[in-house]
Amino acid sequence: MGLFLLRRIGQALVVLLLVSAVVFALLHFLPGGPARAILGPRATPQAIAEFNHVNGYDLALPQQYVRWLGNALHGDLGFSYKRNSPVSTLLKATVPRTLLLVGLGTLIAVLIAIPIGVIQATRRNRAVDHVLTTITFTLYSMPGFWLGLILIEVFAIRLGWLPPDAPTGSPAEMLQHPAGLVLPIATLSLVTIASFSRYVRASTVEQLEQDYVRTARAKGLQSGAIVRRHVLRNALSPVVTLLGLSLPWILGGSLVVEAVFNFPGTGFLFWNAAQAQDYPVLLGIVLVVSIGTVIGSLLADLGYALLDPRVRDQLGAK
Amino acid sequence: MSTRTRDAIRAFADNRLAVIGFVVLVLVTLFCFLGPLFWQTDQVHTSLMDAFLPPGPGHPLGTDDLGRDVLGRLMVGGRISLIVGLLAAIIATTIGALYGALSGYAGGAVDSVLMRLVDAVISIPTLFLILFVAALAAPTVTTLILAIALTSWLVPARLVRGEALTLRNLDFVRMVRVLGGGPGRAVTRHVLPNTISTLAVNATFQVADAILIIATLSFLGLGPRPPAANWGGMLSGGLDTLYSGYWWLIYPAGLLIVITVVAINLVGDGLRDALSPRSAR
Repeated sequence: MGLFLLRRIGQALVVLLLVSAVVFALLHFLPGGPARAILGPRATPQAIAEFNHVNGYDLALPQQYVRWLGNALHGDLGFSYKRNSPVSTLLKATVPRTLLLVGLGTLIAVLIAIPIGVIQATRRNRAVDHVLTTITFTLYSMPGFWLGLILIEVFAIRLGWLPPDAPTGSPAEMLQHPAGLVLPIATLSLVTIASFSRYVRASTVEQLEQDYVRTARAKGLQSGAIVRRHVLRNALSPVVTLLGLSLPWILGGSLVVEAVFNFPGTGFLFWNAAQAQDYPVLLGIVLVVSIGTVIGSLLADLGYALLDPRVRDQLGAK
Repeated sequence: MSTRTRDAIRAFADNRLAVIGFVVLVLVTLFCFLGPLFWQTDQVHTSLMDAFLPPGPGHPLGTDDLGRDVLGRLMVGGRISLIVGLLAAIIATTIGALYGALSGYAGGAVDSVLMRLVDAVISIPTLFLILFVAALAAPTVTTLILAIALTSWLVPARLVRGEALTLRNLDFVRMVRVLGGGPGRAVTRHVLPNTISTLAVNATFQVADAILIIATLSFLGLGPRPPAANWGGMLSGGLDTLYSGYWWLIYPAGLLIVITVVAINLVGDGLRDALSPRSAR
């Protein structure tokens, strides 16, 4: 286990280093270089030279990279001249809110997707399965922003049950206005349920065809007990891996949801920065969400190894 | 036509959902490309006098904020969505296939380096990367196609690399090396053709994904600039239109996206079942 842990963490570190290199490369793809992009098209050559010197952009690229990486490791992700604020300050305010949205949205999605997938698998090709497949397949093919708009039109405007805007403030303050969180979280959850339940269904169907299920049935075990005691655990441990792999996609979904509902999270900040061409903010967020993804998939892999006794024992033996 | 191809076509034709998806896709394509010949509308000039007209005679689906006919705009707008989806998928699949095949065929250290790079780029959430690229360059249809392609080649690269790793050790590919053929020949003549079914299935889903991405980008205001119409851009009025009760500006375009993407996904599922050797059940 220890060796596996070390290897997997080492691999994640390599990927993290590469991610940082890719983001650093993006910085130099900026039109006219970082100075031009930040100071604007009318900056004088002197101003640009001065800016480059102060920020170290006149150094050789490898030196610049080390310097940039060192700053990033110390929490210095650059400065947003458009918002007159360090990028890290902006992130500190928005990341907890996005974590609230993504965390609750994913948790609810998993709690709903698992029963749906299992019900479909145990009643394969029956009416329930067909109805649920149709619903999830349609949701799966639906743009998240449009689903959000429809939910607003129905529940906020027509019925007037829920507010169309997300609350503001810290996550704790947001939680004091749960009504405003319902629609954003529901939108994110529905989109996620669509893809997760398809996966749970396929994974459970695969398990139901295994020999051990036939044996259990032959010794007279009830179907319900077979599913609960034997199939579920085998079918669900891959879902942990799926969670890790889906993280970039869920974060993208959260950006869209934040844009639709004016949810003041990192995705919303990113969207505004993209429209304002606020490159320091864009790059800082790209770096942070990528690091989050790498760490997320690392945790998912470790969780999978812990959940599956076959993998765990194999690792322990080595 | 080989027996395998004929079997695959028959398996696809027997799959009711796949055929429905295919027919719907043909209808949507005809609607977008031939529709304007029968339903001629002015999508270039704006007329504020005719803005926000509800559905009625002359405008079966009403008019938008600039007085343009919504039905006609759906037709023209669909062209960009379909073309972008198709081209982005083709470019992404080509880049990914070549990259993956070379990586898998080379194996060893080269493979490790190339694949860790894929791991790194795939860790950057696509929508963030693509919005960044869209913010860099003033979005035109061409830059958007390239931006989507540059962020979606990673999955086909991984898929093809996996297959190339197996193929490189098979006798017929080894023969190429023995007979003095270079890696270029081995990859293009022997490795890639054997990954075609994987690629075809993945490319189909890529088209669906690309259509959703361009719609999302346009909704977020970073799609192709007006007057170029596309389905996602038609929805960018978003909340404002909702509050004014202009439902015809929200439902038709969104439904068309959903119908098209469902149809493509059905075709993709059908292709996968028809092409995979395990599909007998």
